[in-house]
Amino acid sequence: MTDTTRTDQTRTTIAASEPGADGSGSLVQPTDAGTTAEKPASLWTDAWYDLRRSPLFWISSVLILVLLVMAVAPGLFTSVDPTYASLAQARQRPSDQHVFGTTALGYDVYSRTIYGARASVLVGLCSSILTAVIGIVVGLISGFTGGWLDAVLSRVGEIFFAIPLLLGGILFLYVFPNGLDTPFWLQVGKVVLVIAIFGWPSVARLMRSSVLQVKPNDYVTAARALGGSPGRLILQHVLPNAIAPVIVVSTINLGVFISVEATLSFLNIGLRPPAVSWGIDISNASSIGLVRAAPNMLLFPSLFLSVTVLAFIMLGDAVRDAIDPKLR
Amino acid sequence: MSSVAERETVKTGKQYVPQDGLLLEVDDLFVEFRTREGVARAINGVSFDLREGETLAVLGESGSGKSVTAQAVMGIIDSPPGYVTGGEIRYCGQDLLTMSEEARRGIRGPEISMVFQDALSALNPVFPVGWQIAEMFRVHRGMSRSNALEEAVRLMERVQIPGARQRVRAFPHQFSGGMRQRIMIAMAIALDPAVLIADEPTTALDVTVQAQIMGLLQELQAERQMGLILITHDLGVVADVADRIAVMYAGRIVEQADVYDLYARPAHPYTEGLLESIPRLDQKGEVLAAIGGLPPNLTRIPPGCPFNPRCRYVQDVCRHDPRPPLREVQPGRLAACHFSEALLVDSPELRVTQSADEVQRAMEHDEGQGSTLDDTVHTVDAEQVEQSRELRQ
Repeated sequence: MTDTTRTDQTRTTIAASEPGADGSGSLVQPTDAGTTAEKPASLWTDAWYDLRRSPLFWISSVLILVLLVMAVAPGLFTSVDPTYASLAQARQRPSDQHVFGTTALGYDVYSRTIYGARASVLVGLCSSILTAVIGIVVGLISGFTGGWLDAVLSRVGEIFFAIPLLLGGILFLYVFPNGLDTPFWLQVGKVVLVIAIFGWPSVARLMRSSVLQVKPNDYVTAARALGGSPGRLILQHVLPNAIAPVIVVSTINLGVFISVEATLSFLNIGLRPPAVSWGIDISNASSIGLVRAAPNMLLFPSLFLSVTVLAFIMLGDAVRDAIDPKLR
Repeated sequence: MSSVAERETVKTGKQYVPQDGLLLEVDDLFVEFRTREGVARAINGVSFDLREGETLAVLGESGSGKSVTAQAVMGIIDSPPGYVTGGEIRYCGQDLLTMSEEARRGIRGPEISMVFQDALSALNPVFPVGWQIAEMFRVHRGMSRSNALEEAVRLMERVQIPGARQRVRAFPHQFSGGMRQRIMIAMAIALDPAVLIADEPTTALDVTVQAQIMGLLQELQAERQMGLILITHDLGVVADVADRIAVMYAGRIVEQADVYDLYARPAHPYTEGLLESIPRLDQKGEVLAAIGGLPPNLTRIPPGCPFNPRCRYVQDVCRHDPRPPLREVQPGRLAACHFSEALLVDSPELRVTQSADEVQRAMEHDEGQGSTLDDTVHTVDAEQVEQSRELRQ
């Protein structure tokens, strides 16, 4: 206490610690006083501190940022119309005029690759948000209430869980196909819907187990003892403490869902031309003969797809490491 | 907003007025837990009452049902597996157990409130402490965010948290154990409850901090004329603070008396054993007297007096039903023992029939039955085992 040269933070800590014997507060404090100098640390500020030091986080963030700009404003990267085809310029190798070359029908590969980002990002974001929302709601309800409702929701989830995402997607889109004249938004909506239908059970399971872990904690009981309504208990006390694993998995899922969209489009049942998507382009590029004749058609959309999926999975990994240090 | 305003008028309009200072009456309460191993009868006919400004200490070993009693009063028993199977809990004359869940929720917090044992786990780790205290005012009184936070700072100052204004945005893990318990207390008294239940509020703290917290609770109680139910297993903590003590064993109150009477002369052998097992400075070097054996398994409570296998004065009558009822053995003093009167006057007719060591050995033998290894070990002192068997039969 004689050390007056300490920072404000440490001084308040000392002042606040028990005047008697309990020194645990001041023992713990100085170590994280250095890490979070001004703001008090919570789970999220701790996580943010860890994230800032993770190169994985920065690499993936930059990649994702570039991708997002591509999706929102493709015009910044290219002035070529991705739907303009000139057969006279078909199957060209990369050149000054066409950086990534042209397709078998004379589309500019670079332009199509840039514009293709929008479909991927849209499908990825929407479907992981939708699966997360459905999964969180279902997981919260079944974990918190338990009993027959939990049993019913879990069994329903297992039915969908048993069907592989891709198989379910193929079946669904075979029954409700996207036509050539279906508007872009509706096409995206269908793909998102099918991913959400078959993707929510894994999130719900995770949320349920997380809720079951949080629910017996004293602070939930204490909130109840101090007059909290069930809604308040769920939203203020269970949800914020149980949501971390779902955020991690949803970030990783984003990458997975983008590849599912590409796969469905590759199989000609996801998005359909004239929509521009990496899946469609990869599909077009992989017909017999073209792989050797115009490898650029296949290479560039595939490369962008892989890097995008990788970026989201890396981000998910970084977030997971930051939120749950035990997994490291 | 209208519902909040309504509740406010209800609160100020005093829906709950104690009659003759009587706040809480628990009447013949039964609670059981239906587990896979069988039905654990955690509470078996507990009755007590609490008046304004009174401190009732509920004393007992782990598993004696003291915490479950508190949970039953609060209505926070996890169900399943816990069920209140009988009795009444009346708050200002109204039975809590037959109330609607909504009405009951209106009582938790503004009327009856609770302090938990371990404040670190009883505070939500993701929100600042000030926010958590302020939540009480926002939810129950419909205060604005800034007003509620201002109230929270005032409360934190009231429970003597230094630098309350600066620390209002700090998180629970950034406080020491004693400070966390103060915050928990601040939350519990935020709405000025008439009854405060403190479930082992100082067990997780070290001794000096314990004294501070008990002092604070006492001060707050005097200031607000709260009825305080103090649940503890620590006789030392109770002596200075409590007005009355209820001693619990195997889900029953075995003795209830004014604190001075009880300390001066216990009316139940279990209380006597508890008092003897307090370590004392003037007994340095001596072996600490402990009650032999273990509390009974709540799924198999022995017939007769539940304490009989461990009681030093046990007689035949103690081993058979009916159980000794809780009765008035002296004016204002209740005990559930056939021999309370003899115990109170230290009558020579009361003789020690089994020592703590014998109880310990007999119980160990009971547990080891069926195991050949244990049997061979026990042949060494077979004679003594025989003796205690004779005594028990």
